Amino acid sequence: MMMTGTLLWLLPLFPLIAFVLILLFTYKKHALSHTIAIIGAGLAWLVSMVVFYQAVTHSGGPLMTSALNWLPTGETFLRIGVQLDALSAVTLFFVAWTILMIFIYSVGYHNFGAKRGVDDQPGLPPHGALIKDKNGHKHHVPSVEPMYGRFFALISLFAAAMYLLVVSNNLLTLYVGWEIMGLCSYLLIGFWYGKPSARAAAVKAFLTTRVGDVFMLLGLAALYTLSGTLEYQATLANPLMMAQLAATTSPVFGLSWAGLIGLLLFIGVVGKSAQFPLHIWLPDAMEGPTPVSAMIHAATMVSAGVYLAIRFFPLVSAGWEPGMALNPTMTVMAAIGAGTALFAATIAVAQNDIKRVLAYSTISQLGYMIAAIGIGAYTAAVFHLVTHAFFKALLFLGSGSVIHGMEHGVLHTGEHIDPQDMWQMGGLRRKMPATFWTFLAGGLALSGFPLITAGFWSKDEILTGAFGGGQLVIFGVLALAALLTAFYTMRQITLTFLGQPRTRAAEHAHESKPVMTIPLIILSIFAIGAGWAGIPEAFPGLGGLIPNWFGGFVGGMVHFEHHAETHSLVPLLTSLAVSLGGLLLGWLVYRRAGTVDPLERALGPVHTLLKNKYWVDEIYAVLFIRPARWLADVLVSDWIDRRGLDGILHGIARAGLWLGRLVRQGFDVPVVNGAGDGLANGTRSMGALLRRIQTGRVQDYMLLALLLAIVAGVLVIVL
Amino acid sequence: MIPMSWYLIAAAALFCIGLFGVLSRRNAVGILIGVELMLNAVNINLLTFWHYQIQVNAEPPFNALVFTAIVFIVAAAETAIGLALIINAYRQRSTIVANDLNLLKG
Repeated sequence: MMMTGTLLWLLPLFPLIAFVLILLFTYKKHALSHTIAIIGAGLAWLVSMVVFYQAVTHSGGPLMTSALNWLPTGETFLRIGVQLDALSAVTLFFVAWTILMIFIYSVGYHNFGAKRGVDDQPGLPPHGALIKDKNGHKHHVPSVEPMYGRFFALISLFAAAMYLLVVSNNLLTLYVGWEIMGLCSYLLIGFWYGKPSARAAAVKAFLTTRVGDVFMLLGLAALYTLSGTLEYQATLANPLMMAQLAATTSPVFGLSWAGLIGLLLFIGVVGKSAQFPLHIWLPDAMEGPTPVSAMIHAATMVSAGVYLAIRFFPLVSAGWEPGMALNPTMTVMAAIGAGTALFAATIAVAQNDIKRVLAYSTISQLGYMIAAIGIGAYTAAVFHLVTHAFFKALLFLGSGSVIHGMEHGVLHTGEHIDPQDMWQMGGLRRKMPATFWTFLAGGLALSGFPLITAGFWSKDEILTGAFGGGQLVIFGVLALAALLTAFYTMRQITLTFLGQPRTRAAEHAHESKPVMTIPLIILSIFAIGAGWAGIPEAFPGLGGLIPNWFGGFVGGMVHFEHHAETHSLVPLLTSLAVSLGGLLLGWLVYRRAGTVDPLERALGPVHTLLKNKYWVDEIYAVLFIRPARWLADVLVSDWIDRRGLDGILHGIARAGLWLGRLVRQGFDVPVVNGAGDGLANGTRSMGALLRRIQTGRVQDYMLLALLLAIVAGVLVIVL
Repeated sequence: MIPMSWYLIAAAALFCIGLFGVLSRRNAVGILIGVELMLNAVNINLLTFWHYQIQVNAEPPFNALVFTAIVFIVAAAETAIGLALIINAYRQRSTIVANDLNLLKG
């Protein structure tokens, strides 16, 4: 067990060292940079697999936990530590796989080995380079990313933060990783910082998640104040502590302390996992390179939010038993989760950007997980988190491959079209077979195609949990969202891969290199197969053929046993109907689509509403951004600063000038200057007067002396 | 016997003639001569009052002959210096008109 502890401590260190090495030394060397990054990710993957194997072969309780004192706070210490249990083991499993695949894929995505474009500059996506072939023909081909090394450095730091978050044994270390990821998402969404939209998206992502993080920090502070520790074993996994927190009332809304802390932490999750109303940053995060999107949407960022939600499930569900009415915090979670699932799914139906559709589907699927946690379907939430990470990473990397192929076509034909717009694609299945088949696997998993895909099993489990728990409203909303999910997924596949090419660029698209398609193939194996680990025993026909390993493994984490109630046919039939129905509907509507969305005519103003994402961004702009701008520009800058403070300063300056002028004119000029000038002028005029008698003639002097003598004599005699 | 007032009147007249000469002569040598006249007028006065003293109280407190001798000596010295100055002034300015020697004019 010593071995496992050491490995766990070392786990986040491999990508971190890769980050430092690339940043400090190999920044300019492309091959060395990605080699170091992939070695870092590969070692982390290897360690994760070893640790996962140990966790699987071990039963009951946390496999190991180890902590050390970090920051002294008076008498006590803030402690950091690592822990391995079922939840962190399965999370490590999918995180390690997806991260490694994304790293390898990035090498191809950033055109490693291609020529550098003449016009390319750091901070902007590569524009492509001109090459001459043997026959002297000039070709416009994709060029290598100018900041290749920087990308691998940042993505390594991102991976390190995620590993840190997962192996943590307490909420503090988790929060550290959580915030590093916030930083990395900012840096990577704004990777092409030359584009104003990328800068805006980076700032938006950072500030929006920050709103949630502030509340989360409040929750952590409250928990620390009440319990004196943030370690899972002492708080979340301690039924006594949980019962105590659930029994005391907090000063807010009459919630119990457990409920209040849960709610605060949940707001952090809402920010990180992009739930309504803080979902707005995630679609804009598409501004980053596609591997970053995959990183954020599958492997790290949003999964971290759900991971935390699953972690603090004992807190919100303290005092609750399956079958009871939901407590307020769980109600909020279920409502927001289910609401977001449906809300985002409706928006996804009307988006045209291939990555934006996937972004909204991520928000929607995360809503599923949150809703599952809210209704107490703990295992189902973990299960969906795992399967979703695989198929969403697959879909994002697949869409990146499509965009890459389209960009190639755009460069080749010189057309001015958006390579991400699905209405410019079509017929790509023949040009990009590997991408098509893997994307199809991911898409079917996302839609929950029955029996063979992972998404079906996890989604079915959530629906079963909602139905079995008596949450019929939640069940209905989630089923409707699932229908829409299948519909827009099929819309996407149809528009992108089926039918005939709509543009010359789509005709000239070609398959990506093996370094990109092999990760797709590996991920598609998981997107199909990961579901078989969690087939419920009660499933008609198939149940029990493969043991429900996942339910047993992860279900052991919570204090109530995984209820193997009879598997009702209603949710099963519903999930079959919605997924197949949605797929069929999507195919029927879009198989003959020209260049105009048939839904646009059918839905009219509703389509406009959906296409503009319910104007949430615009509403926020009016409600928050414009008042904030007004506060800064008008109130603080103009009124308070310029008019108020500057006015006072200018007034003081003006008063000083006035006083100076007064002193000068009233005292200095007339009195001081006057006295000096008067003295000089008096002396001068006296001299002018006296010089008259200085004739220089000796006889005049003698005459004067005589006169004076006479006068003196007269005076003497008279007096 | 000649009354004392005659001596005094003659001395006063001589003094006035000398004074007039000093103040009115344009020639620097003439001015010097005027000064000599005034000095001698003073000598006459000295001797007159001395003689008067002898007659009033036989033994006068001073001997006017000594004073007169001193005045002569001083007058001689003064004339020597004055003439030397005039010669030098003439060498410098080619004139001995007192009104033209006005370098000290303010």
